[in-house]
Amino acid sequence: MSNEYRKIVEKADWAVEASGLVKTFGDNHAVDGVDLQVPTGSIYGVLGPNGAGKTTTIRMLATLLRPDAGSAKIFGYDVAKDPQIVRQLIGVTGQYASVDEALSATENLVIFSRLLGLSRQESKRKAEELLEEFGLTEAAKRPLKNFSGGMRRRLDLAASLIAQPPLIFLDEPTTGLDPRTRNQMWDTIRRLVKSGSTVLLTTQYLQEADELADRIAVIDHGRVVAEGTVDELKGSIGTSSLHLSIQHTQDMQDARRIVEQVLKVQSAASPEGGKITAPMAHADRVTDLLIALREQGIQLAELSVQKPTLDEVFLTITGEGVKEDKQEKEGIA
Amino acid sequence: MKNQPIMQATERHLKNHSGIGQVIRNTLTMAYRGLLKIKRTPEQLFDVTLQPIIFTLMFTYIFGGAISGNVQNYLPVIIPGILVQTVITTSIVTGVQLREDMDKGVFDRFKSLPIARIAPLAGALLADTIRYTIASTLTFTMGYIMGYRPEGGLGNVILAGLIVIACAWAISWIFAFFGVISRNATSVQGISMIVLFPLTFLSNAFVPADTLPKVLQWFVKFNPISHLVTAVRELTNAGTVGWDLIISLVGAAVIVAIFAPITVRAYMRRT
Repeated sequence: MSNEYRKIVEKADWAVEASGLVKTFGDNHAVDGVDLQVPTGSIYGVLGPNGAGKTTTIRMLATLLRPDAGSAKIFGYDVAKDPQIVRQLIGVTGQYASVDEALSATENLVIFSRLLGLSRQESKRKAEELLEEFGLTEAAKRPLKNFSGGMRRRLDLAASLIAQPPLIFLDEPTTGLDPRTRNQMWDTIRRLVKSGSTVLLTTQYLQEADELADRIAVIDHGRVVAEGTVDELKGSIGTSSLHLSIQHTQDMQDARRIVEQVLKVQSAASPEGGKITAPMAHADRVTDLLIALREQGIQLAELSVQKPTLDEVFLTITGEGVKEDKQEKEGIA
Repeated sequence: MKNQPIMQATERHLKNHSGIGQVIRNTLTMAYRGLLKIKRTPEQLFDVTLQPIIFTLMFTYIFGGAISGNVQNYLPVIIPGILVQTVITTSIVTGVQLREDMDKGVFDRFKSLPIARIAPLAGALLADTIRYTIASTLTFTMGYIMGYRPEGGLGNVILAGLIVIACAWAISWIFAFFGVISRNATSVQGISMIVLFPLTFLSNAFVPADTLPKVLQWFVKFNPISHLVTAVRELTNAGTVGWDLIISLVGAAVIVAIFAPITVRAYMRRT
């Protein structure tokens, strides 16, 4: 395969290809060696708690921040070497609306269109078109100061779509939106991908990643701790999970010990108390577990077996459950 | 949403540098943005409206008798001086406002757009020449009301005004630089005042330099502000063009040549 040809294939395959991205702010390793591969034409979710390094990663991919180490390519173009080319291929919608507060929605869109090289008339037409698409026509002339959070977000996304970029970064696109507006935003994102865009979105909401993303990278403390399709991730922590509520919370330790002994897995106790969850590979084991609990005289309030949710995946992977364990044990000792 | 297919990366015509045409277009668009903002919040023009009126009145009547014997004789000396001082002071506001502007999310978008890197800064500075124009017009108008009749004629007065505006635009790059590197808008104001106060007052703007101690005379002689003031005086009062004008313009060009690139660099480095 000639080099030239390989280059073209790579460009077509990966919208984003990042390896070993590092960004340090003082002592804070915000991003500590992130690898990402986003296939063209997909919705890719970057999932992580607050402060995990999601925004910093996006800012490096979008040429807004220079990586301290590692490299990133957008459609084969290096973000450090060809930043101006990369900027022609991306649209960025930040966590905080990046539009001009002092101006009206139309003025904002016209200015961004003009900056992107559209003529005066084209810019006006484009602005009208986008405002209509995003249901902002009525508010077009009002200054943004009077806009609701949802309207601002929509305008922000509209501004990212002026040049119809093949790759769109959405940094927490629905944080702080009410459920209805959030669903509208999801629909918009799905339509974007249908028209051929690749979308890379960050989110703290597992449900959002579950709803939208084809593939997910779970990121924690500046590192990718898990990557795969939603199903793969769910599969990685067992096929289903056991939810157990006991009647007397003083039996908690005993109950957990039995669950862990019988199922041979780590269990997690929910913060509300009285609830235990554990991954479960075989439903058969429930019988053994119930017998063992009866023998110990532990009374159950409720028991169910559920398919895993991304929440559990997330908590298992980021080790939040494990941390709780430690604290409890230390407390007892 | 219309399901217009998106042009994929491989089919696009891409280039990694912005040509001079794009630099100018982008800068003008950003300047248009600046003007729209001024139009939306006209109260930010208070300072450029009030300062020329108050300062011209104040300095003329305070110093007029002491320096030139009477107010009438002092006007040809003070009006060019106060013009330079007012307009250049106004350019501090440019730095302060740029700093405030940069803290807003919209600057992130400007950075992520494939536009000339200098445009967001140059455009903002260009839009602010409207302030300098207002300040210049008001200063000359106040002078006229108080009885100033420049011998150079209206054409030269306008030319002098334009030169001061151009120099103020050049100097505003210095304050833009402070704006980009400092932590907040207040500190821009602080640093800028410390730089500008000695520069404007230790010049020939208000008093003839030969009344000063030797050391200060030496400073005043080399102070670029003095050259600009002298250039304006020559133009407005005699209609002549001398060395001082050339020095002023060359100085302005040097400032832009130094400060524009380092400001853009610092701006790009900011997170």
